Amino acid sequence: MITKEPYIVISDVSYRYSDAEHYALEELNFTIYKGEFVVILGEHLAGKSTFCQILNGVVPNFKGGEMKGSVIVDGLNTQEVSVAEMAQKVGMVLQDPAAQLFTTKVINEVAFGPENLCLDVDEILERVRWALQVVGLAGFEERSPTSLSGGQQQRLAIAAALAMRPEVLVLDEATSQLDPIGTIEIFSLVQELNKKYNMTIVIATHKSEEAAQFADRILILHQHRLIAQGVPQEIYQNTKLLEQVNIPSPQVSRLATYLEEHSLRLPEFPITIEQARKGIEQLVRRSKNCRL
Amino acid sequence: MQTLAIKAESLSYVYQPHSVIALDEVSFEVGKGEFVAIIGQNGAGKTTLLENIAGLLKPTRGKVLVEDLDTNQSTVAELSMRVGLVLQNPDQQLFTQTVEEEIAFGPRNLKLPDSEVASRVEEVIAKLELERFRQEFPLALSIGDRARVVIASVLAMRPHIILLDEPTMGQDYRGHRQTMDIARQLHQEGHTIVIATHHMDLVAEYSRRIIVLCQGKILLDDTPAAVFSQPEVLLRTHIAPPQITQLAQSLTPSLGFSRGALTVVELGEEVLDKVNRRESITKKQKLTPVEKARDSGRYDLFQEGR
Repeated sequence: MITKEPYIVISDVSYRYSDAEHYALEELNFTIYKGEFVVILGEHLAGKSTFCQILNGVVPNFKGGEMKGSVIVDGLNTQEVSVAEMAQKVGMVLQDPAAQLFTTKVINEVAFGPENLCLDVDEILERVRWALQVVGLAGFEERSPTSLSGGQQQRLAIAAALAMRPEVLVLDEATSQLDPIGTIEIFSLVQELNKKYNMTIVIATHKSEEAAQFADRILILHQHRLIAQGVPQEIYQNTKLLEQVNIPSPQVSRLATYLEEHSLRLPEFPITIEQARKGIEQLVRRSKNCRL
Repeated sequence: MQTLAIKAESLSYVYQPHSVIALDEVSFEVGKGEFVAIIGQNGAGKTTLLENIAGLLKPTRGKVLVEDLDTNQSTVAELSMRVGLVLQNPDQQLFTQTVEEEIAFGPRNLKLPDSEVASRVEEVIAKLELERFRQEFPLALSIGDRARVVIASVLAMRPHIILLDEPTMGQDYRGHRQTMDIARQLHQEGHTIVIATHHMDLVAEYSRRIIVLCQGKILLDDTPAAVFSQPEVLLRTHIAPPQITQLAQSLTPSLGFSRGALTVVELGEEVLDKVNRRESITKKQKLTPVEKARDSGRYDLFQEGR
């Protein structure tokens, strides 16, 4: 449920990594509401990862560099509170799971966060069980994280973030190595958390089909700037813009564009399989009826 | 008969210490010059299979032949002139100070003369358009360029067989396509390509044959059209056909779509065909007699009608 309660307020943010010539983010103004499901699209190096990291204060508190403007999360200025404090509000899963995993057992990896919150042992074990269950790694407790496949490591990194029961979950290309059904499972799981716990979701991804299906709102970053935002339907309908910034559309949207180029317009521009199916069937039936 | 590039005979591989069975009695053959995609869920055994072909892992049971070499009896060095492996994460493969050194490392280890090493470096730098990066530190390049450096260093060994393990990780859409285009180009030049990936739209477009792995076993081994026509089987290994194929399969059977479209253009043409052809028939039926005559080329009738 999207509320009108601003949860993350980004005002005039520009950020430059130390020793970098150029800004990684420029003049960013944006508000994310409590309970929103936001997807960030953009080419490689557009600024997506930096965007994710300003949300939990790792940028600039950990990374240094030069930051202008402010990021307020649930009333707290990220530059005024510790990364540890922010970690309880904002859970983050990085692009490369190997960069995040560090223990010798799957169970320890997931327990590490809750342990640091000094929770009861029972509570910790329950959270670990739940988190491994929802990402499909139940039974892997005693395995070494390094022995897992790339996709399994990504699932583990997501479980470790979930065990913290964060108010905001940020996934930075965290499904890049997952199999197709695994990707949909993670998006569905995140959607469930979003609906059930009103967890605010921010996902940076290249997977347009899931973005179209799950996002409440899509942001497009291009060359370090926010250049567009809107509901998926609006965003994917703007095929010219997407082409300019090298963002792929779902295949069903590309089909609609292909048909339009051949002077055939579907009744509604589709972004999901169901919309495309309805549109095509309507056209074919109509032409059949005309014939009869 | 087609020359053999790879042959796996009852290949099993078990990881210790937990006795995880990654490959379970897998048998298949890949002919010289094939373009094969390996798909399957996370942990299905894709990477293990590729590493067994490259000889980095040796079969727990069974055997793998790479051209005339049995990997059980060959060193990685011997195999490396026949088969090159591009890893999932380029950062696990890059280690030198400059792009040039990275590419020269393999050929130099073959103890080739300096002139030959230099000419191979030039050749692959040109091929993968790495000219402007030759003195750069490989790990400082963008992920797409890092992947190209890895492919270049593999190519410098002139292997006949090229294995790519999810070469599209962490890349954007343009990066994915570029890598697949490089694979296609190498295939056209005669290389045998085996590629593990989760991008079904690209698999459908680029590969000629798909091997589907599920929990260490081969579930299907067929053309993309045949493999993607079995969504309920693919589901067992967490694979869904490309979105466009799913759309084609969801269309009401009575409308007469082939349900096997693998690309946007394929389904697009089918839709146009159905709608346009029917429209033109519809129009013809509504034509006045004069128009009908004109349409059918009977100008004589047309003249009379006037």
